[in-house]
Amino acid sequence: MSTIERDLLSRAELDALVREREVELAELKALLAEWREAYEATPKRDALFTTVSGREVKPLYTQLDRVPADDAEALGVPGFYPYTRGPYATMYRTRLWTKRQFAGFATAEETNERYKYLLDHGQTGLSVAFDFPTLMGYDSDHPRSLGEVGVCGVAISSLADMETLFDGIPLDEVSVSMTINGPAIILFCFYVAAAEKQDVSPEKLRGTVQNDILKEYQAQHAWVFPPEPALRCIVDMFAWCSENAPKYNPISISGYHIREAGATAAEELAFTLRNGFEYVERAIARGLDVDTFAPRLSFFFDVHNDFFEEIAKLRAARRIWARGMRERYGAKDPESWRLRTHAQTAGVTLTAQQAENNIVRVAYQAMAAALGGTQSLHTNSMDETLALPTEKAVRIALRTQQVLAFESGVTNTIDPLAGSYFVESLTDELEREALEIFAEVDAVGGVVPGIENGWFQQRIAASAMRQQREIESGERVVVGVNHFTEGSETIEIDTLKIDPEVERRQVARMADMRARRDAAQVERTLAALTAACRTDENVVPRILDCARAECTLFEIRHAMEEVFGAYKEPVFF
Amino acid sequence: MSETDRKIRVLVAKPGLDGHDRGAKVIASAFRDAGFEVIYTGLHQTPEMIVSAAVQEDVDVVAMSVLSGAHMTLFPRVKALLDEAGATDVLLTGGGIIPDDDMQALEARGVGRLFGPGTPTTEAIAYIREWAAAKERA
Repeated sequence: MSTIERDLLSRAELDALVREREVELAELKALLAEWREAYEATPKRDALFTTVSGREVKPLYTQLDRVPADDAEALGVPGFYPYTRGPYATMYRTRLWTKRQFAGFATAEETNERYKYLLDHGQTGLSVAFDFPTLMGYDSDHPRSLGEVGVCGVAISSLADMETLFDGIPLDEVSVSMTINGPAIILFCFYVAAAEKQDVSPEKLRGTVQNDILKEYQAQHAWVFPPEPALRCIVDMFAWCSENAPKYNPISISGYHIREAGATAAEELAFTLRNGFEYVERAIARGLDVDTFAPRLSFFFDVHNDFFEEIAKLRAARRIWARGMRERYGAKDPESWRLRTHAQTAGVTLTAQQAENNIVRVAYQAMAAALGGTQSLHTNSMDETLALPTEKAVRIALRTQQVLAFESGVTNTIDPLAGSYFVESLTDELEREALEIFAEVDAVGGVVPGIENGWFQQRIAASAMRQQREIESGERVVVGVNHFTEGSETIEIDTLKIDPEVERRQVARMADMRARRDAAQVERTLAALTAACRTDENVVPRILDCARAECTLFEIRHAMEEVFGAYKEPVFF
Repeated sequence: MSETDRKIRVLVAKPGLDGHDRGAKVIASAFRDAGFEVIYTGLHQTPEMIVSAAVQEDVDVVAMSVLSGAHMTLFPRVKALLDEAGATDVLLTGGGIIPDDDMQALEARGVGRLFGPGTPTTEAIAYIREWAAAKERA
């Protein structure tokens, strides 16, 4: 019944409706009492009836678990505030989610070949995995990089490496996501400069840089600068992108790593959105109009084992974000209210034992991501607890998405689980818990103080420990690990290993590059950058100058560190 | 327990640039719950920093968590530095994403047992207790 029709009802008609509803509810309650009796009388399995996050789940959900009258406001319709049912009006009927497999290893040349392979096999976007030295802002030839060059991702130390990475891949056509945070602003500038070399201007760039430093301090731990200057750089990027690269997402506010580090679903949801609101507050405090940058804020969530809880989490995330942006931060553009997200299946759920079973885990998680309404998806490869994935394992992971998208039928209708007593209750419950956790964050002084005094880190570690205890006691079944273990001893999966020769080659390339470039130009651009760091000037154009002059990652980092200092971790366990 | 005159002292260490510390923190808490004295280094330690902490804290065991794939560089380097520092009786053990054949290769080079994903913490605790008991008898 629409609002207008309701307004037109007479008093008598309304009373009749209310009585009708009361009778229905009384009948339902009587039926439920019978059910309860039957339920209590029957023995139950000796099992944990909780989600992996430790949430109690009731045996049955009914319409008594929520007030359906709230649905118009709490659910709305897809593509409209508060976006619970999906960020777009047509969802997968217009465009399926982007199949985006995270990849990178060895040098830019090898990874470039892998990208071309993935694009040839139907992948629709790229996602760059950098090696640890790059993630921490070290060049491949820095002493701290020894043994780690190209091992866990691709080594990118300069513009030349970035150009090689995308050689033959048109950056105005392919959207590229880059997982980089501590030195994100530097790698972003390498990327913009590499696009320039292809004659692609920044306004044509589509893609995302992760650039979410808060969750690095909380969970993932690849940082460079302390929180305040790091946040300044992020706001600089918001401002620069809104003027120069309007189709590019300058941040992907990420719960993935928070969850993988041990957080529960509610903690992942709450920490991520609270971090998101922190960025919004910082940008507004710098004088940016919320509607100039908020439409390009993007998100990234984990999709873990508990099917319904994960679906509810994505739905709750959209609603909390929309309400916060409109009500609290005064955003007027609906684009600023709309939460768009990438999702990845949960790496932490993969097992080394009976690794082929991971294909099945990934498939269920991927389905939860689709039912939760994700905009893009990475499905993990079955062998990732053992090493970097082989081509075969990556292909199966990609095929899993294609089976889901084209065979399962889940893409035919939008938000098919809406109205489910259970899913709607869970969505409400997760929203409520997230708001409670926001209040706890405020009570510890906010996000940055919570990081500095270890509140986030300790809370995540405590949740990780609780899950470990459940697994070790055997209460939480992990197939092939603590139950059904016959056949777990033998692992016969080919794994990809990185030849130590890769490091030597990359170091040699860097030596060539250093010899070739204009040393005076390097010094001049670095000095200008250091000077800009001391002022309120936006540093992006300065870093772009450094990138074009072929300054290396570590040189640029160092020039900034002179002013910003380096982050020191508070150690807790 | 006969060896409880002095608690077993363990340095839990995260070498290299990798920030994945869920495992390191879980194992550190489990060791502490098991009655070991635990020192956790924090992240991003060089082999030199780890060995210097091990010597300074006079530990019995160094337990390293390596998920970055750099284990073939980091374990031998820490082992060599421990030997150089005269800490030849310190057990170097650990865990992470380490393929079986690499585990065997490292064990052949004097590194203790290494544990892969999904290992219960009790298994690592039992291993360290047995090692300490054997050392006491020797």
